[in-house]
Amino acid sequence: MAGIMLEGVVKRYGKTEVVHGIDLEIAHNEFVVLVGPSGCGKSTTLRMIAGLEDISDGDIRIGDRVVNDLPPRKRNVSMVFQNYALYPHMDVRANLGFGLKIAGQSKDVVERRVQEAAEILGLSELLDRIPAELSGGQRQRVAMGRAIVRHPEAFLFDEPLSNLDAKLRVQMRTEIKKLHNTVRTTVVYVTHDQVEAMTLADRIVVMRDGYIEQVGRPMDVFNHPVNTFVASFIGSPPMNLLPARIEGARVVFEDGASVPVPERLTNFVADGQEVIFGIRPDDLSPIGHGIHEARETTEIDLEVELAELLGTETLIYTTLAGQEIQGKMFDPRDIRPGERLTFRLSLDKAHVFDAGTGQSVRPH
Amino acid sequence: MSRVLKKRLRAVGLWLLTFLLLVVICVPGLWVVLSAFRPNREILAKPPIWIPEELTLGNFAKIFGFGQEQVAIPVLSYFWNSLVIATTSTLIALIIGMAGGYAFARFRFRFKNAWFLGLMLFRTVPGIALSLPVFMLWSRLGIIDTQLGLIIVYVSLNVPFTIWLIDGFFRQIPMSLSEAAQVDGCTRWQAFWKIEFPLARSGIAAAGVFAFLTSWNEFALASQLTRSTDSKTLPVGLMDFTSQFTIDWAGMSAMAVIIIVPALILTFLVQKHLIAGLTFGGVKG
Repeated sequence: MAGIMLEGVVKRYGKTEVVHGIDLEIAHNEFVVLVGPSGCGKSTTLRMIAGLEDISDGDIRIGDRVVNDLPPRKRNVSMVFQNYALYPHMDVRANLGFGLKIAGQSKDVVERRVQEAAEILGLSELLDRIPAELSGGQRQRVAMGRAIVRHPEAFLFDEPLSNLDAKLRVQMRTEIKKLHNTVRTTVVYVTHDQVEAMTLADRIVVMRDGYIEQVGRPMDVFNHPVNTFVASFIGSPPMNLLPARIEGARVVFEDGASVPVPERLTNFVADGQEVIFGIRPDDLSPIGHGIHEARETTEIDLEVELAELLGTETLIYTTLAGQEIQGKMFDPRDIRPGERLTFRLSLDKAHVFDAGTGQSVRPH
Repeated sequence: MSRVLKKRLRAVGLWLLTFLLLVVICVPGLWVVLSAFRPNREILAKPPIWIPEELTLGNFAKIFGFGQEQVAIPVLSYFWNSLVIATTSTLIALIIGMAGGYAFARFRFRFKNAWFLGLMLFRTVPGIALSLPVFMLWSRLGIIDTQLGLIIVYVSLNVPFTIWLIDGFFRQIPMSLSEAAQVDGCTRWQAFWKIEFPLARSGIAAAGVFAFLTSWNEFALASQLTRSTDSKTLPVGLMDFTSQFTIDWAGMSAMAVIIIVPALILTFLVQKHLIAGLTFGGVKG
């Protein structure tokens, strides 16, 4: 059993603190994704787990051992680097077997485990090549193979797909998911791509500026973001966020237009409160083109400024209260800029955040 | 004039120019090598004899003390001194260069840039400008005319260069390789020897060749700091062929060949290691 536990982990470089005492518990065999914009401390956190960065304060446990002062080699984790970090002067076989050889395993064991890993990842044909002779996707697979041969207690992935082109990225994403199903092990995965986070994670950890903003299952984070940052970071295209003010039972935007306060939130807002009203593009659609199962909806007239055809849906750019927002039209028909449409807005899925703190008015 | 003809003439002109340049570069060297195998009277003949009429190993026999005609020059001692001094100083310069280059490439420490700049500036001072202070210091220390004295001078001459060159090679190796090796179970030391050292090998070899050649060929400082067969090196020994009224060109040429050959052999041996580009492909470019 090897979960990973972070307790009050702090990282300082000189006087600058970059990770501010984060707590996180990762269960055995869980796939956890750390996601956030660049500079949020996610890679630093991962490197602290690997032992490549010292921790300035707090504790890190892997399994039941406190590993704060253990060098990387004694932590029994393996890591896939953003640039793959394959040993250029060794062929694929030697790359895969390097860790086992260092650990003093016999030749037979090394060979067997290398074959095993090569088979899982479809590398059997490539064992005699050197990294320079491999394509990007193949190198990526070798890097993963090097991680799995040692049967570590945890895999650490540091933005492993960011160097691949879009198509390969999607393919490798599925392979990583499959790999996790095959070799069930604890995984900590760092990415700035929220799609990767959503698709891969058992649980997502959203980070910003060295703090954890929210931890939760992908759908929970998506449906119940705790603040405007998470709301705008998770989901693509991002949630529309509009400054507004509560007046009685209505949310009034800056230009005087208004929508009702969602019923489920009425108890959490006060008259006169400055708020930010959030609605995802998926929950703002022209009547008859989406939002079928909403309990509570409202309607609003908007002018189409730009329409992006995506095939099964069309992304509509429009303006509400002087701010550009996006809506989605499902089962699209042809629409032209300048056209006025009546949109239905699903209040079930609407969010209200306090304007001052940015936190969701409804605690989770 | 047709275009084809113009093109041809241009090509011929270029060839001619190249040939002339090569003549300027090669003839003196060739002349030395040729002279090493010719008797003095043929070398000094007027008008000059361009194509040797007589080739002989007599000059070599002479300076090594065989044959009828003998020259009282201890070439073997000089050779031995050169070998010991150049090899030892190169090894030391390489070890310091590797440690220093690795430190500059990998670690953050106070005044790092100032240190580096200082090393480079030190290299810009011509060695001969320091010869007098070095001479006085060495004489106080009692290491004038010792192999040690020259070794120290050559190490300090070469270290800035080896650090600079090796630093560049380590810098090209991504940090993540060493980190990957450490996660894979290596100590930092193992990661260095198994991953980073093999990848920087071509750079280290290059630094070694340059350091060796510098020490092997150095004349100015050696001529100041050496006196006898205890420490005199080959380039200084060449001067032994000059006496008050005569110069033994044949013997001198033979000895020059002896100086050139080991340097050539070394360069050929190491050149295949000098081919860089080994690091390509391990990480995304």
